[in-house]
Amino acid sequence: MQTVTFSVFRGEPDQDGDPFGKMVDYTIDLDEGMVVLDAIHAIQAEFAPDLACRWNCKAGKCGSCSAEVNGKSRLMCMTRMDDILDETPEGESVVIRPMQTFPLVRDLVSDTSWAYETDRRIEPISGPGEVDWEYYQHEADRIQEFRSCIECMLCVNTCHVMREHQKFDEFAGPRFFVRLASLEMHPLDKKSRIPEIKEDFGIDYCNITGCCSSVCPAGIDIRHNAIIPLKERVVTEFYDPIAIIGRKIGLRR
Amino acid sequence: MEAEITVHEYDVLVIGAGGAGLRAGIEASSSGATVAIISKSMLGKAHTVMAEGGAAAALANKDERDSWRTHFRDTMKGGKYLNDWRMAKIHAQQAPDRIRELEQWGAVFDRTPKGLTSQRNFGGHTYPRLAHIGDATGLELIRTLQQKGIHTGMDVFMEFTVRKLFKKDGRVIGCFSYSRNDGSFHVFKAKSIVLATGGATRCWEVCSGSWEYTGEGFALAYWAGAEMGDMEFIQFHPTGMIWPKSVKGILVTEGVRGEGGMLRNSEGERFMFNYVPEMYKEEFADTEKEALEWVDEVVSGKLASKRRPPELLTRDVVAKAINSERDAGRASKHGGAYLDISWRDEEEVKKKLPGMYHQFKELAAVDITKEPMEVGPTAHYVMGGVKVHHETQETRIKGLFAAGEASTGLHGANRLGGNSLSDLIVFGKIAGEHAAKLSKEIREFEEIPNDEIQGVIEETLAPLQRTGGENPASVVSDLRQMMQNKVGIIRTESQLLEALAELDNLEQRACNVFGGSGKSYNPGWHQSLEIKAMIDVSRMCTLAALKREESRGGHTRDDFPEPDHSHWGKINSVIFMNEDGEMEIRFESYPPIPADLRDLLDSEDLHEED
Repeated sequence: MQTVTFSVFRGEPDQDGDPFGKMVDYTIDLDEGMVVLDAIHAIQAEFAPDLACRWNCKAGKCGSCSAEVNGKSRLMCMTRMDDILDETPEGESVVIRPMQTFPLVRDLVSDTSWAYETDRRIEPISGPGEVDWEYYQHEADRIQEFRSCIECMLCVNTCHVMREHQKFDEFAGPRFFVRLASLEMHPLDKKSRIPEIKEDFGIDYCNITGCCSSVCPAGIDIRHNAIIPLKERVVTEFYDPIAIIGRKIGLRR
Repeated sequence: MEAEITVHEYDVLVIGAGGAGLRAGIEASSSGATVAIISKSMLGKAHTVMAEGGAAAALANKDERDSWRTHFRDTMKGGKYLNDWRMAKIHAQQAPDRIRELEQWGAVFDRTPKGLTSQRNFGGHTYPRLAHIGDATGLELIRTLQQKGIHTGMDVFMEFTVRKLFKKDGRVIGCFSYSRNDGSFHVFKAKSIVLATGGATRCWEVCSGSWEYTGEGFALAYWAGAEMGDMEFIQFHPTGMIWPKSVKGILVTEGVRGEGGMLRNSEGERFMFNYVPEMYKEEFADTEKEALEWVDEVVSGKLASKRRPPELLTRDVVAKAINSERDAGRASKHGGAYLDISWRDEEEVKKKLPGMYHQFKELAAVDITKEPMEVGPTAHYVMGGVKVHHETQETRIKGLFAAGEASTGLHGANRLGGNSLSDLIVFGKIAGEHAAKLSKEIREFEEIPNDEIQGVIEETLAPLQRTGGENPASVVSDLRQMMQNKVGIIRTESQLLEALAELDNLEQRACNVFGGSGKSYNPGWHQSLEIKAMIDVSRMCTLAALKREESRGGHTRDDFPEPDHSHWGKINSVIFMNEDGEMEIRFESYPPIPADLRDLLDSEDLHEED
């Protein structure tokens, strides 16, 4: 059986709300097929029952156990220790920290209440009053990809508009562009969401580096399938002279 | 010094933010009541998110022969006739409207070629009946309700645990809760309360449940004086992952079998043909050829004229069959059975079962489009729960309602797959409606006596004040192992008696655990507080299992292997706390089924001559 040392952040916010704490080493025995979250549970059971870690389903379906493992944004429950050991240089410990873009609650737990506040700002679907709709699988396919989002916030954690520039008030972040795209492209939603996507949710800040897509555990291509189509619609609505004239003379909606 | 407490007042308080809780909250707040939802985890993360296969509703989109009558009949038959037939009727009748309503609120289920909600085949359902989105239907349900809910005006208290319900003159008046996040104390005054706290499968070592499933809702109701029904009936889902150890128990959707998945033993035999119970003989294929023809018909979108493969028998039957094959020495490499969907087209598998494809690829390094999965039974669902009135979901305690897995009645001795998600939305709505209605009849919030509040605070703080002691994780681990071994799929009197004694020991150990002394997000403290509920719920299950001397649905006694229709088939267990604070059990029956509904059932199943 293999033993592995983990270096885990332990700490709480100081008076200014900044993280205050230290990295603590724990050495445990690995079992076959373990994921990082198993290792955290083993540390809790053997050494530190009060090690704070948020988790729920342990099956990659709820998006609770987001953290930074060896500096990368990942779900701890879907990250196999085999893969982590392959990438960890020999003799070094596996480093686990909370998501750095969000305020710290304690140890590995972040305060993601911003996400719930942003969600409330998005107007819900304005769907049909009567129960008589039909739409087809090819229409559903497009938004079903968006609806597979598990709200783990790893995309927001890795987005530099958030991480480096903290534009939490002006920018909805990748998660909520996925949400907005799922409404904008919903076969039953009647509202045009483009003006608010530009004005209120600040899509222009995104310069499509695609970091969000690369960390999405649900495999959503956030950049190509959600953000770029929304940016194109913003351009058509606000900057395309032919479209603007067309609308004025009633050729386009 | 007295601890600081924040006091809140709401007309309707919903405990639990899964499907049933959110649906109740939406109903109550849209009728004008002020509503708060208390949730042990964060919004949108509740256990409902793990549901995979679909929500059962007789929409008849895929097969026009379906109707609420067939759904009612299938539910009663699957429940081995211990269901509250009144709830089974309401459920079958109202589920289609609740599904359509979800679509109106933005849910995007898979479509039929005609543009309607598609439906999939599942165990025990005569026709394709489960509305679904791939194999992530629970996520769709919870996200839709979450989005709807936050815009109907309810307040959400996330990462809060409820420790006690307060009562006055037999009526519920509020609860005590603490924030898991910062350890602060909160008293909620309420005119009515809906318990939507889910189940308790975390009491077993191999389970498909998340950490939340520690049974605190059951315990809160029981401690407050509510009655608990059918607690012996635990559903072991036949197909959980069994390897590697770290993923043992994680659910493999029944949708795999609905899409044509075959179960085989180590000898390559499709063993389910040997386990078709008498009551289902007429409805299931008896040759591999016929079973394959059924899959061909269904996959190509035709109405099925052949009989279904025996892999689609009810969950209790399939779980016990896998168990028996293992006992006979024909287990798969890691002690379960092989489940094979790789014979179907690769792209189809990835489209219909994307979650399963990724789950096996990432966690077990198995490509399900090329090789079989290994599966085995996993504790999945508690059919029992808080006894409720069939029309209102109100418990014996005035103002206290329960819905979803927290309540009992709909599923009898065994739940059909897909009937859980529809249960949540049908009875969540009903509970919310009646909780709001009742709250309007009450003018003032009641004062909650300070000594009661101080008592629960003292209990809540006790684990923090110890300076050392056993790690709570080891007590919980021993409890789960003990329940797995002694109150598992197959039970006997001697082991159940041992289990009751061991629960007493575990209770003693639980009094001395130490999970660390901080109040801010301290999982060791939270776990120390959960154990008492887990032990009491385990005790309910063990006691009811000991008393029921027959085998039926999710309860199998090695010493009484046959169903006893004349006696046990007509009565349901009821557990309650007696005046001395002790757990007591009695049995009672639902009223007789009226003739028009009885005519829908298979008369030879009813054993009316007995």
